[in-house]
Amino acid sequence: MRGLRKAYGAFEAVRGIDLDVARGEVFALLGPNGAGKTTTVEILEGYRERSAGEVDVLGYDPARQARALKQRIGIVLQSTGVERYLTVEETLDMYRGYFPDPLRTEDVLDVVGLREQRAVRVKRLSGGQQRRLDVGVGLIGNPELLFLDEPTTGFDPSARRQAWEMVRSLRALGKTVFLTTHYMDEAQYLADRVAIIARGQVVAEGPPAALMAGGDEVTSVRFRLPEGAQGWPDRVPEGVRSEDGTVVIETSTPTAVLFALTRWAVGQSLELGELTVTRPSLEDVYLRLVGADASSDGAGAGVGAASEAASRGRRRRRGGS
Amino acid sequence: MSGVRLAVRQLRYEQLAFWRNPPAAFFTFAFPLIFLVIFNLVFGNETIEVDGGSTKASTFFVAGIAALSVVNGCFTGLAMALSILRDEGVLKRVRGTPLPPWAYLAGRIGFNTLLTLLLIAIVVAVGALFYDVDVPTSTMPAFLVTVVVGAATFAALAFAVSGFVPNADAAPAVVNGVVLPLLFISDVFIRADSAPGWLNGVAAFFPVVHLSSALQVAFNPFETGSGFEPGALLVMAVWGVFGVVVALRFFSWEPRR
Repeated sequence: MRGLRKAYGAFEAVRGIDLDVARGEVFALLGPNGAGKTTTVEILEGYRERSAGEVDVLGYDPARQARALKQRIGIVLQSTGVERYLTVEETLDMYRGYFPDPLRTEDVLDVVGLREQRAVRVKRLSGGQQRRLDVGVGLIGNPELLFLDEPTTGFDPSARRQAWEMVRSLRALGKTVFLTTHYMDEAQYLADRVAIIARGQVVAEGPPAALMAGGDEVTSVRFRLPEGAQGWPDRVPEGVRSEDGTVVIETSTPTAVLFALTRWAVGQSLELGELTVTRPSLEDVYLRLVGADASSDGAGAGVGAASEAASRGRRRRRGGS
Repeated sequence: MSGVRLAVRQLRYEQLAFWRNPPAAFFTFAFPLIFLVIFNLVFGNETIEVDGGSTKASTFFVAGIAALSVVNGCFTGLAMALSILRDEGVLKRVRGTPLPPWAYLAGRIGFNTLLTLLLIAIVVAVGALFYDVDVPTSTMPAFLVTVVVGAATFAALAFAVSGFVPNADAAPAVVNGVVLPLLFISDVFIRADSAPGWLNGVAAFFPVVHLSSALQVAFNPFETGSGFEPGALLVMAVWGVFGVVVALRFFSWEPRR
């Protein structure tokens, strides 16, 4: 995808996006609500025409060769959208008939874990089960490329775990997965590569680990200083001390800091309560990139809260080093 | 699989889903029968003047309720179903598969047309069994052709009007608001003989009265010809083409946001 643009009247939802997704990888497009994620994906799926730019999906132009393309992709939309009075099995069979070279209904029932619910009508499924049926409908045509648009929005934690395991099993099947989400942990857990977009432009791209290493994020060492502690270890920054005695030290050399800190504590026979070491998460990267960007734009409440968290994080870091 | 086979296959799934919602299915069939029973209770003993003589009022009612069934099944029912399917994202999802859009829509229209034919068959049968209605034989081809032309016309108009329905909650109000007044001035329930001329003029502009009058002619026991009403069929066909044109421009596969 090169220089992709989409304008709705005077509003440009997508403002020049370049992306490459390799076969067999799980790619996540991350961004806050209104960043242009869904617009981008719907252009790739053939639902919307682009205003400018080049798009190539499996060798097809989705705007001109929609039918040929749709035989080889699977689409899982945000909303469920299947006939509520058919059973799980009937639904899969119905969609199966639209494709030239589909998977077997039995196999898809296994992949999405709905074998026991095969004779249940869609309207009687739980929310998580309906979402898994959605993925099943997306898979039934044996697609080379599967689009998942916010697959776990509104899920409880255990349903999210199940959905994640299912996406991982798709990769094992050799499918390319194009995922959109606004959950950082989801992208971190599932994706081989991530692109973060905000206000219609890519602000960061790469494997989750590289994105986390690339920023100025540092590791946090957190503990509670016990009563009667004397002095302070050498070569350890003071960190930020809160009223309840919790200390947070942010450092780019956590090994040295931990060594000095624990040697000092053991020497005084102190036990550091609630000692934890936290690596920066993709969320920190994301909030830095997206939060700051969105707040300067005066965007909606959710994004505003995110940017507030990001600026809190910056203040904390400044205090700590 | 060819498009036609896909359409037929789609029709089978549509009817499968239809029967899975028994209350909806029950009232779809009960609705015209309730009208038939009520009209016959109220006006059953009267006679009515038609071309060539006078006949039982129940014969008039059967033709009128056949027209009602066409409008109800292919316009009201289809427009509401399309609004719901669109709001639920079913239409958008189908659009994301290689199924040709026309095959999906043909399956839907085909199902509503078959449902309408079944309804009319039941109404005619009940009329013949319980209300002594004369079922014509020589004009039956004209009757069936008129029903099918009407079904196609009103299905096309249902697609057109669904383009202007903002969401499924608004569908009953919008669709009934359009169609109920027309039914009352179009000789479906009552003969609008005493209505002012301008009102009949308004009715004549719209397709409903042409459907009901053509069905009346085809159901007239004194009719000596084939019973075809080319003028009425033409007006319906023009409205059908109009519906297709508007639908192509305004029909939406995706929910309004």
